[in-house]
Amino acid sequence: MRYESLLDSVGETPLVGLPRLSPSADVRLWAKLEDRNPTGSVKDRAVLWMLIDAEKVGRLRPGCTILEPTSGNTGISLAMVAKLRGYRLVCVMPENTSSERRQLLQMWGAEIVDSPAAGGSNEAVRVAKGIAAEHSDWVMLYQYGNPANAAAHYEGTGPELLADLPSITHFVAGLGTTGTLMGVGRFFREHKPDVRIVAAEPRYGELVYGLRNLEEGFVPELYDETLIDSRFSVGPRDAVRRTRELLEEEGIFAGISTGAILHAALAQAAKSVEAGESADIALVVCDGGWKYLSTGAYEGTVDEAEDRLEGQLWA
Amino acid sequence: MAVEVRIPTILRTHTDGAKAVEGSGTTISEVIDDLETRHSGLKERLVESGDLRRFVNVYVNDEDVRFLAGVQTPVKDGDTIVVLPAVAGG
Repeated sequence: MRYESLLDSVGETPLVGLPRLSPSADVRLWAKLEDRNPTGSVKDRAVLWMLIDAEKVGRLRPGCTILEPTSGNTGISLAMVAKLRGYRLVCVMPENTSSERRQLLQMWGAEIVDSPAAGGSNEAVRVAKGIAAEHSDWVMLYQYGNPANAAAHYEGTGPELLADLPSITHFVAGLGTTGTLMGVGRFFREHKPDVRIVAAEPRYGELVYGLRNLEEGFVPELYDETLIDSRFSVGPRDAVRRTRELLEEEGIFAGISTGAILHAALAQAAKSVEAGESADIALVVCDGGWKYLSTGAYEGTVDEAEDRLEGQLWA
Repeated sequence: MAVEVRIPTILRTHTDGAKAVEGSGTTISEVIDDLETRHSGLKERLVESGDLRRFVNVYVNDEDVRFLAGVQTPVKDGDTIVVLPAVAGG
């Protein structure tokens, strides 16, 4: 397939069957390979939409500085696009994220501001909002509250899934900014309301939940719980186990958050089998495993990998 | 009905520092009432006018109860309940 430039090649990702992980001929799993996007993650969709939207309304002009809180993939994607379009990028990133993510950001020319490990992305959001207040001329696209993040999936991911899998019954994705689930969820509510929307939320070590008080909790502004039908919390052990199964059974080398999504998808598949229903369950492969090799998730026993992930932002 | 309830760091002031406590009841609501008898003040941190507080998430066997039956979600012997504050991902 031919494109005018790299940015034009975002989206239209393959949907592949998972015949060995599917529990039966009537309950099938399908993986949307979002690692096939230009910087290797699903975030290319949201970033391109947020950027084009900001340029269209005149918020972003040549020479602007972009500021964004990100645990990795959004920053990496922004760094690539910012380089091509001539923007400066400052990313606020929790210090407990993998070194590959930092190296990739720096490679594409982004500057990194560290936020404390304790508190995870919550702290990154807080620090970024503080910096934004000091630099009123910097542009924060703010993936947690930018409607263009969800629109990328309403306009792209959702229609692609329906075209490739008209018999789809369930959609399973990770819950971070909530952009993927909100966009695809809204698309199916309008176009095929029987499709159930399932969220897989990574459950980190205690460090990440180290808030000073409950009022510091955070729910992304994009989040609308009426667009979701069930929500699973998945810990590092299950995420690692499933990431390895995906490689072992289907040959797909995915990042750890995809393991969490597969875990929720298999839980849904088991429910469908038990209920005697047929199901076509589509799940998102968010990115490949390359950026997480240094976390130790792919070596040794699952116990060892679980220990190594303690305190890391693995999704 | 005995269930294990995992308590986040921020609420352990109510459980003398315990990471997990045992509770009983046939619904989340009953379990919270039962916990309150031994861990005073916990209920008020979790529930507000009969519903879970905005930044409190409760999971039964890893499923968010907001998408089951909220505080009326049934629990059975041996279930694991996890309480977590809502934090940013992504």
